[in-house]
Amino acid sequence: MTDIASRGYTNPEVLVSTEWVAAHLDDPSIRLVESNEDTLLYASGHLPGAVHVDWTADLNDPVRRDYITRKGFQALMSRIGATPKTTVIFYGDKNNWWACYAFWVFQLFGHKNARVMDGGRVKWEKEGRPMTREVPVITPTKYRAPERNDKPVRAFRQDVLAHLKKKGQLVDVRSPEEYSGTRMHMPDYPNEGALRGGHIPTAKSVPWSRAVNPEDGTFKDAKALAELYVKTNKLKKDRPTIAYCRIGERSSHTWFALKYLLGFKNVKNYDGSWTEWGNSVGVPIEK
Amino acid sequence: MSLPSKLEAVLETFDLFSDPADRTSLLLSYADQFREVPKAIATRPFPQEHLVPHCESEAYVWAIKQPDGTLKLHFAVENPSGVSAKALATILDRSLSGLPPAEIAEVTPDLVERIFRQNISMGKGLGLMSMVQAVRSLATAAAKTRA
Repeated sequence: MTDIASRGYTNPEVLVSTEWVAAHLDDPSIRLVESNEDTLLYASGHLPGAVHVDWTADLNDPVRRDYITRKGFQALMSRIGATPKTTVIFYGDKNNWWACYAFWVFQLFGHKNARVMDGGRVKWEKEGRPMTREVPVITPTKYRAPERNDKPVRAFRQDVLAHLKKKGQLVDVRSPEEYSGTRMHMPDYPNEGALRGGHIPTAKSVPWSRAVNPEDGTFKDAKALAELYVKTNKLKKDRPTIAYCRIGERSSHTWFALKYLLGFKNVKNYDGSWTEWGNSVGVPIEK
Repeated sequence: MSLPSKLEAVLETFDLFSDPADRTSLLLSYADQFREVPKAIATRPFPQEHLVPHCESEAYVWAIKQPDGTLKLHFAVENPSGVSAKALATILDRSLSGLPPAEIAEVTPDLVERIFRQNISMGKGLGLMSMVQAVRSLATAAAKTRA
């Protein structure tokens, strides 16, 4: 894949290459954060110095379907030894789904000093770069976070309904089968209880995976991304856009690509996604 | 029907570990002891009829009948990140190999939840339960063959 700086992204600085990370493993100003779907993966081996942030245990409220509070985020940042000046580099399995999801949750607390390692864990492993089981000993920091601010990047169900009335853009990043309603869940994943199949009316079907190069999981260049989202699917960069999937992890990946790589002005992630919409009484659905 | 004694012992060990970090270490130790199906039984490309459906770790399973009528389980896990599948394969082999097919056929996929608990993820849970189901199906078929 070409050098990140030459790919034409609006905000190329949000992506770092595996080479860059390899050269900064001992850099005290960065903190590597591994976020996976598979909770055993970090323990089985990770990048030297990387800490583990689990999407369920660390980012979600343990009781309500919601994210951690300001207090929880401060405790998390303290645990991983980050200050507001720390550059947090996310990477993980599944083509960085959970890395982008964690990156997105960090934006709810305004930690803008964040990057994603292009290609994620698989690219690092395939390149034969060092992995370790040694968990770094972190000196806790004091981190003062602002109150969580969902408004800029998070959409709730009522926001989606209002967005629909204003004829806002929607991107459904699930598989074509989930979009069409022929299946209620990802291939090879359990049905997590959506009672209805289909998609939110007017949503464009752009499966998340079309944004990455299948051979190494890196993001496609800006030209290819623009071809996909802007030309083929007629999405406009200056119009409000909401991405959704099943629970908001795959759509975090698309949100990242649209907002940072293509420079869409106003993109939100609807984390309630299909597990909420497909169970909601009275909301419009198309098949 | 009660679980085979070796399997019950493994599950009781997991029950004792309430700390997620301890459970993770235990699972990893099983994954580290994983041994792939010997070449005498199968070589790549592994036959598709041995592929476990719905398992993203691309796991394969064999149940080979022994002269004494018991079964010996073998597994292959093609995904290098398939740590959970390797852990489960080791547990199933250690606790079920050497038992009569009818006894193995009684084991149900809900043991996956007891082993993995909070270490289970969405996609993984289904795949791991499919591994147990695949073992069950092979054992059921082997039991019928014997009859």
